[in-house]
Amino acid sequence: MTNVPDEASSYEQPARLPLHDLMEASGLSKYEVLELVEYGALVPAEPMAGQWSFSFRSITVARAARRLREEFELELHGVALLLAYMDRISDLEAELCALRARTPR
Amino acid sequence: MKFKDYYQILGVDRNASDEDIKKAYRKLARKYHPDVSKEKDAEARFKDMAEAYATLKDPEKRAAYDQLGTQQPGEDFRPPPGWSTQFGESAGAFDEMDLADLFAGLAGRRRRGAPGPIRGGDYEVTVPISIEDSFNGTEIRLDLSTTEFDENGAPRRVPRNITARIPKGAIDGQVLRLTGQGGKGANGGSNGDIYLNIALLPHARYRADGHDLYFDLPLTPWEAALGTEIEIPTLAGAVKLKVPPGTSANQQLRLSRRGLPNPQGSAGNLYAIVQIAIPPKLTDREQALMKELAAVSTFNPRRHLD
Repeated sequence: MTNVPDEASSYEQPARLPLHDLMEASGLSKYEVLELVEYGALVPAEPMAGQWSFSFRSITVARAARRLREEFELELHGVALLLAYMDRISDLEAELCALRARTPR
Repeated sequence: MKFKDYYQILGVDRNASDEDIKKAYRKLARKYHPDVSKEKDAEARFKDMAEAYATLKDPEKRAAYDQLGTQQPGEDFRPPPGWSTQFGESAGAFDEMDLADLFAGLAGRRRRGAPGPIRGGDYEVTVPISIEDSFNGTEIRLDLSTTEFDENGAPRRVPRNITARIPKGAIDGQVLRLTGQGGKGANGGSNGDIYLNIALLPHARYRADGHDLYFDLPLTPWEAALGTEIEIPTLAGAVKLKVPPGTSANQQLRLSRRGLPNPQGSAGNLYAIVQIAIPPKLTDREQALMKELAAVSTFNPRRHLD
């Protein structure tokens, strides 16, 4: 049987992952997700809405947060800072990739 | 079960203090953590260190580990007699376990009362694919060794091979999730997931930026100046490209929607990056013509430098 990845796996998909699913996929507690939202590391689709929903990409961020917290033994504020820097690095790498694509060999 | 010397991995003595062990781990984490490390085998080494630290930082696990005695790293071994009774592990299961699983399970069984549902573990795999694979979609085979729990809650490694479909237009850095295909849950817990990290392999001709593709297109000076029509190979077969007169070097000629498919049902673009190729040697006649052109032309590309 061939396994097909979730449709939600595409970056462009609209945010529709409920908080509980994010918690289950990342292993973070509700309190930890709330904390990361407070620090801006995770961004719900509609912060003012009663029920939050998240993009698939949030799973990647949330899992990274849990991993970093365990591996570096940091509290979430430090983790949020690390994630911000890693984001910046990601953006730079994307810029580099774009430049390299446009540069003749 | 293969032995690992956790003290050796962290570079500490067997009688190191908790503080020493923590410091040793932190120094190594800075050096080998995959997100910040420049070392070649960072990921594998970090996995070992993390495993070593998880066991040695917990006093009960460390005591249990010390009781295993000193063995040769990499050698198959069995815990000494009485170990299983003392630490509550069924003897027969050792052959199907990893040292890591043994100590991970130890914490679980110390808890009194009925264990709650345990979610299965998640697995992450990097999947290298070619640009052609991305263009057409492809199927990949994963050979994993996932952890399952038997009726007693003891962990065991189970080899699994899984076929997964990579949809068309998967791009570098994209993450695909196979829900419920990871480690099996226990006591009614849900199964874990498998995450596929897509890595686009370098290609002889194309360079990718998201769904857009770029390739180098050498033109002769006369083709660029006069314009021409040429046949371009694309991933879906040959296509005619019109080169407008007066095309200069580094100009990007766009072939719409000839790049990688995107989730909106369309596709990225294919860009030809123009290069002007100069013949290394001119015949006498060619030289004469070039000199005539030089004499006749008033074109000054360095006007701004004068």
